[in-house]
Amino acid sequence: MKNIKKMNKTTKSNLLTYLMVIAIYAVVQILVATGNVSSLLQGLLVPLCAYIILAVSLNLTVGILGELSLGHAGFMCVGAFTSAFFSKCMVDVIPSSGIRFFLALLIGAATAGICGILIGIPVLRLKGDYLAIVTLAFGEIIKNIANILFIGKDSNGLHFSTKDSISLGLEEGGKVIINGPQGITGTPKDSTFTIGVLLILLTLFIVLNLIHSRSGRAIMAIRDNRIAAESVGINITKYKLMAFAISAALAGVAGVMYSHNLATLTATSKNFGYNMSIMILVFVVLGGIGNIRGSIIAAIVLTLLPELLRGLQDYRMLIYAIVMIVMMLFNWAPKAIEMREKLAAKLKAGRKKNTKEAA
Amino acid sequence: MRNVKKWLAVAMVAVMTVSMAAGCGSKSEGEKSSGSDSEVIKIGAIGPVTGAAAVYGQAVKNGAELAVEEINAAGGINGAQVEFKFEDDEHDAEKAVNAYNNLKDWGMQALLGTVTSAPCVAVGEVANQDNMFLLTPSGTAVECVQYDNAFRVCFSDPMQGLESAKYIGENGLASKVAVIYDSSDVYSTGIYEAFVKEAANQDFEVVAAEAFTSESKTDFSVQLQKAKDSGAELVFLPFYYSEASLVLKQAAGMNYNPIFFGCDGMDGILAVEGFDANLANNLMFLSPFTPTSTDEAIQKFVTAFKDKYGDTPNQFAADAYDGIYAMKAAMEKADVKPGMASSDVCDGLKSAMVEIEIDGVTAKGLTWEASGEPSKEPMVVKIENGDYAVVE
Repeated sequence: MKNIKKMNKTTKSNLLTYLMVIAIYAVVQILVATGNVSSLLQGLLVPLCAYIILAVSLNLTVGILGELSLGHAGFMCVGAFTSAFFSKCMVDVIPSSGIRFFLALLIGAATAGICGILIGIPVLRLKGDYLAIVTLAFGEIIKNIANILFIGKDSNGLHFSTKDSISLGLEEGGKVIINGPQGITGTPKDSTFTIGVLLILLTLFIVLNLIHSRSGRAIMAIRDNRIAAESVGINITKYKLMAFAISAALAGVAGVMYSHNLATLTATSKNFGYNMSIMILVFVVLGGIGNIRGSIIAAIVLTLLPELLRGLQDYRMLIYAIVMIVMMLFNWAPKAIEMREKLAAKLKAGRKKNTKEAA
Repeated sequence: MRNVKKWLAVAMVAVMTVSMAAGCGSKSEGEKSSGSDSEVIKIGAIGPVTGAAAVYGQAVKNGAELAVEEINAAGGINGAQVEFKFEDDEHDAEKAVNAYNNLKDWGMQALLGTVTSAPCVAVGEVANQDNMFLLTPSGTAVECVQYDNAFRVCFSDPMQGLESAKYIGENGLASKVAVIYDSSDVYSTGIYEAFVKEAANQDFEVVAAEAFTSESKTDFSVQLQKAKDSGAELVFLPFYYSEASLVLKQAAGMNYNPIFFGCDGMDGILAVEGFDANLANNLMFLSPFTPTSTDEAIQKFVTAFKDKYGDTPNQFAADAYDGIYAMKAAMEKADVKPGMASSDVCDGLKSAMVEIEIDGVTAKGLTWEASGEPSKEPMVVKIENGDYAVVE
């Protein structure tokens, strides 16, 4: 008991975040075991994990680094396509889904991270909102590249084309792996809820430790005052790049989760386009910029809401939008914050009174 | 401030728990309803009714609902009424799987859908694991029916491309052919690839193949100019009527008058608002269904559809209408009863599907193979004097 009291505030807060994830996992597992979870919810578990990872990783860029990224879905797309390509090629070579998925995760994270570094090197040297513009373009470019890419495999090896699957010139028996706009079909279903939760914990571990490390403090110093940070000798580009690349690699991990959950992977504006990037940004903003726990909660609520409202048919999108506006007002409107503080003060006062009386 | 945050976190967790409980709650309700009124056969359907592909989903929804209403009025299937539920997938694979799971919670016994190809492949994978019977009215990609529990009502993409190339070659319509296609669309590229493959065996040459994407589908002057420069006498347009109406308009604007040839997506072009029907004169396309046919069954369907929804049905609605009737025939053959487990229903329907023969609005004497493909001959429809006419 004493140890818990002695712990400093951040450690406590971090522990609370981990515990929250583990508690949710335990509750869901118990519910599944006792057969109390609808198949709708069961189907949503893996995508939920992917969205939580996306929200947490974007929070690193937006909340901690203080740069706006509008192409997070682009990194997810890179991770999804490279890993699905790998799994599709290796499905016969590596029969164990655990090892294959682990390698797929590494590949997805690495390629997305490299893309992040490549974009970051020129853009993160600039001042101003250039990262938003470039990442926005990057997301669209990646989506379009995925749509024109044709890759096939036969006994001669791999064939590439950007025109159509006929010009791959595959011999008899060769199969098309990436089929342009039709994407990749038949990715093995390797991601499970348990792996998803482990990845969330890993993501939290990486992000939370980074924030509270020396590098994390340097990154936040850059966010708060660039000139002051520069004047004390912080290498601005290096730290910015570090945060951005980690954020991109984690988005790649989420992409791997996503692509190994569905049998088809196509790059449409719905799943990897601008809309998706904004969606992730909404998770971050509504959960609280810089607040990791908030991102997790917002991602869960906003993913579940439209699905659970299916019963309301045509009104569900309307209600979803209203809930978003209400959440935004509650979280960010000055009057609402004031009201919340008053309420909290009252509660506090009430509690103190109670303890006094009890004493 | 910390307390506020704590308080907020608690509130959020409460919201989340409530929403999760709501999810569980709706399940128990679903179980209850399937328990108490087990007198109905439950058919689910999935398709986009919001978003960019909403037109197709809406048409399928309307067509299927009309068929269900007629069946219920005539006494239902095996004496039981049919309950039909349509779920939105926004033309997205992930949402489609969610919709599928939701229907499963509701107690679905057989699935009509999904409407579009990519979601259909994703749902097909899950449906195969669950052994759920799947009949897609309009999922044209080859992989849609790759498992033995999946069947389709429409033509497959490769088949349309093949038939178009054959028709053009065998009737000597042209010696030089240009193709314009939507490279971002599964349907369009599928047809295009099969068309080019078959063209090698036919007596004509593909002189130009120009692509556009869903983001650049308003200006076709570049593609048309290339087709014109290459001397193409026929332009093959394997995509939907909304874009095709623009192509025809722009071709007329640049004084380019080749023969235009399309696929079943062309059906409905005369209903485009503000479109001069004279531009479409001599336009030919493959179609399983023409609303102006004098056939009695088709006329009955078209009139009923017009009375109910106020517009002419397109081929999506017709495919869905036939799909429901095919399910009815198969369910009668397999003696499906209300409350039967979906896996047993699927086993029964799988074998029944290949034995039934129905006279639908998209084909007479329609039968299915175990591979899931329907036996349909596409008709070639030509537009003459602003109206559809079947070419023999």
